[in-house]
Amino acid sequence: MTNCPTLIVTVGLPARGKTYISKKLTRYLNWIGVPTKEFNVGQYRRECLKIYKSFEFFRPDNEEGLKIRRQCATSALNDVLQYLSVEGGQVAVFDATNTTRERRGTIIRFAEQNGFRVFFVESVCEDPEVIAQNIVQVKLGSPDYIHCDSDEAIKDFMKRIKCYESSYQPLDEVLDRDLSYIKIMDVGRRYLVNRVVDHIQSRIVYYLMNIHISPRSIYLCRHGESDLNIKGRIGGDSGLSARGQEFATRLRNFLQEQNIKDLKVWTSQMKRTIQTAEILGVPYEQWKSLNEIDAGVCEEMMYEEIQTHYPLEFALRDQDKYRYRYPKGESYEDLVQRLEPVIMELERQENVLVICHQAVMRCLLAYFLDKTADELPYLKCPLHTVLKLTPVAYGCKVESFCLSVDAVNTHRDRPEVGIIGSTQPIDLTTFQAVIHNSVRSLPHK
Amino acid sequence: MTNCPTLIVTVGLPARGKTYISKKLTRYLNWIGVPTREFNVGQYRREFVKIYKSFEFFRPDNEEGLKIRRQCASAALNDVRHYLTEGGGQVAVFDATNTTRERRDTILQFAEQNGFKVFFVESVCEDPDVIQENIVQVKLGSPDYTNCNTEEAVEDFMKRIKCYENSYETLDEVLDRDLSYIKIMDVGQRYLVNRVLDHIQSRIVYYLMNIHITPRSIYLCRHGESELNVKGRIGGDSGLTTRGKEFAKKLSQFIQEQNISDLKVWTSQMKRTIQTAEALSAPYEQWKVLNEIDAGVCEELMYEEIQESYPLEFALRDQDKYRYRYPKGESYEDLVQRLEPVIMELERQENVLVICHQAVMRCLLAYFLDKTAEELPYLKCPLHTVLKLTPVAYGCKVESISLNVDAVNTHRERPANVEVSRMSEEALLTVPSHQ
Repeated sequence: MTNCPTLIVTVGLPARGKTYISKKLTRYLNWIGVPTKEFNVGQYRRECLKIYKSFEFFRPDNEEGLKIRRQCATSALNDVLQYLSVEGGQVAVFDATNTTRERRGTIIRFAEQNGFRVFFVESVCEDPEVIAQNIVQVKLGSPDYIHCDSDEAIKDFMKRIKCYESSYQPLDEVLDRDLSYIKIMDVGRRYLVNRVVDHIQSRIVYYLMNIHISPRSIYLCRHGESDLNIKGRIGGDSGLSARGQEFATRLRNFLQEQNIKDLKVWTSQMKRTIQTAEILGVPYEQWKSLNEIDAGVCEEMMYEEIQTHYPLEFALRDQDKYRYRYPKGESYEDLVQRLEPVIMELERQENVLVICHQAVMRCLLAYFLDKTADELPYLKCPLHTVLKLTPVAYGCKVESFCLSVDAVNTHRDRPEVGIIGSTQPIDLTTFQAVIHNSVRSLPHK
Repeated sequence: MTNCPTLIVTVGLPARGKTYISKKLTRYLNWIGVPTREFNVGQYRREFVKIYKSFEFFRPDNEEGLKIRRQCASAALNDVRHYLTEGGGQVAVFDATNTTRERRDTILQFAEQNGFKVFFVESVCEDPDVIQENIVQVKLGSPDYTNCNTEEAVEDFMKRIKCYENSYETLDEVLDRDLSYIKIMDVGQRYLVNRVLDHIQSRIVYYLMNIHITPRSIYLCRHGESELNVKGRIGGDSGLTTRGKEFAKKLSQFIQEQNISDLKVWTSQMKRTIQTAEALSAPYEQWKVLNEIDAGVCEELMYEEIQESYPLEFALRDQDKYRYRYPKGESYEDLVQRLEPVIMELERQENVLVICHQAVMRCLLAYFLDKTAEELPYLKCPLHTVLKLTPVAYGCKVESISLNVDAVNTHRERPANVEVSRMSEEALLTVPSHQ
């Protein structure tokens, strides 16, 4: 994979979903391990202007407004430069209207000077309902319109859109034939893709072509409590305990109450998720990629046994739980890579229930809730609790449903003391302290 | 994934790569486990008309010709129906020009009657160099032109293309807005994608957008001989033997002699492939998904030990080596699924050397050489041998280069007796010799 940083540039009239796409794409790229950051020029404008008065600011004949907007774009590009050249960023998403060829020309020159590859993402839509829904979902709550009522806000925003319309130069098949871009039309009904030049652009196009905005919910939960759970052993392929079966029954009732339209149910290929789904009495699909993280040599051990037999490994894992790979096993980082097709298919689908495992659920949750690699391995995903995720505005609403069936706690918090990596011999006293603390943070009986 | 079969329909003038795309797509879908078959109407015509005389057959005013061509299309669609409803097929690729809206409507009606989803793949290209190259690569060698010299063939074929041009109705943004299709323009420079409806269409679009026709070669080989190889043990993560290191050196020389432009080198994350790549003194990329098949409880065992400790498992594996999953391990079928992103990236890339493992190499080779799931686990991939794959016409040329460094044989043929009740000796008959 080339080291050339990529500058993604959005193009489109206001309320065409540019910021929605920018944020979602940024979240996806970061999750798969590509350091990405978005730069919203509107944000810069709000910081510069402090108080938004009206659409008049955006009038094409407002010299003062134009000057400020140009300064904001420049300021944002400076931060892009900083992020991609100095701070280790791989992709920057430059989120603004960028509706004139002139503005885009400026950006292209900027990218050329700095050795960045440019990829344009244009959103074109003339469906008045989609635009109205967009305004309701994300504009009314904007800082720009805090002091307006809905009608005033909508009226002003429509006039704001009008300010851009006369100077809008969409990406053109002929004039822009040498640029790399995707033109998304009518919220994904049609796409025009031009000159995809590398792997990351190909992945971005594939992702953008799979997302949709139809309302739906994703339900995430773990299998019911398993026999190995009760024994405090990790991994393995055991069946449900009596309480685990009780959970599955409650889950069935819960789903019926939720009255979900066309629910798809996915499980892993391990007994405990399959047994949970069986009790639901509905068709379900098994994915091997949803199997729990492979703990390699530590499979089916208790944490105390891992400490006894592999104390160094145990400590290393606590130092960097995301990247640590069990000997002959996997890391969370590996898990994310194998779960990527699951995420892609979840994006395509509508209502889905995923019955999976602790580490797997943490990875999926981190994607939806934009958690960092650092936070991911410590997300709380208790047994017998269903998380309902519903996309709203630019993010995800989370509702947690505890189905009131007791279960062991399998969550191990990040211990307080850790060995700081060094080439010096390990100080045994600290070492003992690590073990002691780790033991103390163990959950089961 | 819906059970509704999919009918992929190509659209485009002659020499636009429709058959190339059809065959490649069919190969890819079968490899990832989606039963797919292509139906080339030109084949049906050749079986019917027996001897091709000239482009006159394709003239739009040739009533006799039109009648025969319509019959051939119908015969092909009948076979499509049979394949998708009774033959266990999931996808059929209907490969023909399909350049008029009238013909496409006939196909749409046929699909609707039978409950098939239709996805059009149109190839549009006006670059004369590309068309010329196409004709040279695949038309000159066609049965139609067996008895012509090159110039005659090219001249006739150009006139054949002309017969279609006047009536060509390209997929239209407005008129065809309710159809599901991808329009590929100028060999992949630009794509128009309309109404992708489901998972399989999404995968097809992604695949078509990643393939290219730039000449290049893919080199496949295994790591040099490893310590566990000589002991006759499977799996594990051991280092190279002296002979394995010798191979790595020879590999380095070989690569230099090949004088390959911009060669990328990929390895797995296991010691033996990394050590092999280290000898090349060129940058290389490590892929965890290129790791050898996980033999689960059988890791690091000899076949003799597997027979002793797990005789049932050993027999089950011989019965269905492709689908059999080692306890706590993987199957070849699992391997294919985890290797799919490697294949996708190989399609994007140009010159690549992949240093991998026996089972992994068998899976990759099966993709390039269109081998079935039955053949795949028994493909011969000996140590210290490099396979050079070069796409040509509709397939892949294979050159096998042995680097003349001795190594153990790790290939175990399917024994005659795969029954669970078999004797130990029968199970171990085909185990290659080792220390």
